[in-house]
Amino acid sequence: MADTAKNTESLNNTPQMPAALERLYNGLIKENPTFVLTLGMCPTLAVTTSAMNGLGMGLTTMVVLALSNAFISLLRKVIPDKVRIPAFIVIIASFVTVMELLLEGYLPSLYDALGIYIPLIVVNCIILGRAESYASKNPVIPSFFDGVGMGLGFTFALTCIGLVRELLGSGKIFGATVMPESFEPISIFIMAPGAFFVLAALTAVQNVIKERGEKQGRDMSKIGSGCPGGCNSCNIEGCLSRGAVAEETGKTEVKKATVKPAETKQSKATENEEKGEENA
Amino acid sequence: MTNLILIAIGSALVNNVVLSQFLGLCPFLGVSKKVKTASGMGMAVIFVITIASFVAALIYRFILLPLDLAYLKTIVFILVIAALVQFVEMFLKKNVVSLYQSLGVYLPLITTNCAVLGVALTNVQKSYGLAESVVNGFATAAGFAIAIIILAGLREKMEYNDIPGPFKGTPIVCITAGLMAIAFCGFSGLF
Repeated sequence: MADTAKNTESLNNTPQMPAALERLYNGLIKENPTFVLTLGMCPTLAVTTSAMNGLGMGLTTMVVLALSNAFISLLRKVIPDKVRIPAFIVIIASFVTVMELLLEGYLPSLYDALGIYIPLIVVNCIILGRAESYASKNPVIPSFFDGVGMGLGFTFALTCIGLVRELLGSGKIFGATVMPESFEPISIFIMAPGAFFVLAALTAVQNVIKERGEKQGRDMSKIGSGCPGGCNSCNIEGCLSRGAVAEETGKTEVKKATVKPAETKQSKATENEEKGEENA
Repeated sequence: MTNLILIAIGSALVNNVVLSQFLGLCPFLGVSKKVKTASGMGMAVIFVITIASFVAALIYRFILLPLDLAYLKTIVFILVIAALVQFVEMFLKKNVVSLYQSLGVYLPLITTNCAVLGVALTNVQKSYGLAESVVNGFATAAGFAIAIIILAGLREKMEYNDIPGPFKGTPIVCITAGLMAIAFCGFSGLF
């Protein structure tokens, strides 16, 4: 956690460009939405039947994410706090509609392949999550690059998962056959069950990394802190109330205790100045 | 009538909303530890999706189409659904206390659930009429309830199993869901 605090301190002191780069690095690697945070799994599993679909979905989401982040950041002082979530949703939905029409016009094959998952970008928790936790508190340029970084991270992850599934499921990469003739495609990987197995493998790897990192005394609270990891850690308004249900289902209190301080520290670090002023 | 039954079976079993379309995955993995909470969630989803698909179909049919505003459907649907869930919650709290006590906790979770928006958009995409939309909504949600209750039943049993370290928690749940998805693939041979 100390690291992020340092980073944000340097972020405030240095000019825009390094901040933008830091955002890109953050989105691609440090807080990769799929591999680290496990956010937005619905579209991830649904469209990664081939690398091309994954890439298309990722780039579409990236454009929406970057533009909505920039726009929300631009309007962050105008939007009243109480109606911010609906306001964000309207902004995001507008950009999604624009992208949907553009894809329909210029890339009809991708539009058909992704189908209903394009309008469903609206409910992708990565976008609302970034709007809520970053864009609504930070200036326009870093917010834009935060969106681009997160979007690139998402694109990278979707393309990787798509590559693996396509290779195992049909012996192809980006539509070109690469496996030898003797290879019998394990077609379950491009079907729905395969997606669940891929997600299982992914979260199992996360568990191993998390355990090792914790043994070395590093802060691993970010790993898997998205939806499937535990609803307590989600900081989207709709998700916050999940805490009640989670407690009822007997989810570990420990998780809540470990995650919450980390979250508050993080948010304190990023919006140190603003919050201080507000509280004062 | 046969048409409606076909739609119902198709969206409840053959194209199950979680197991083959991956919508509503968050509650599916997050709220499926106990059969009791899972069935509560399932009922709440059935309730909300049925109402939401009816209202969305009404709005699409009688407001968006006549005004030539069909391209606004995503924006309108998401706002209507969010407002509707809030309204239903307030209405139940005030008037139907017993129902609120059993479903109340789950209602706010559903606002951001992609399954609700997904069903509304599917109805438009397949150009279903009013009755077809409602049946499709109800059946899709019933499919969700079936899946989440089965998963919760399996997870209750799994509590006592010896699971390899890295697969504890979410991974084993995903594998279980994958196996369920394979089983549900069998339904595609129905037609």
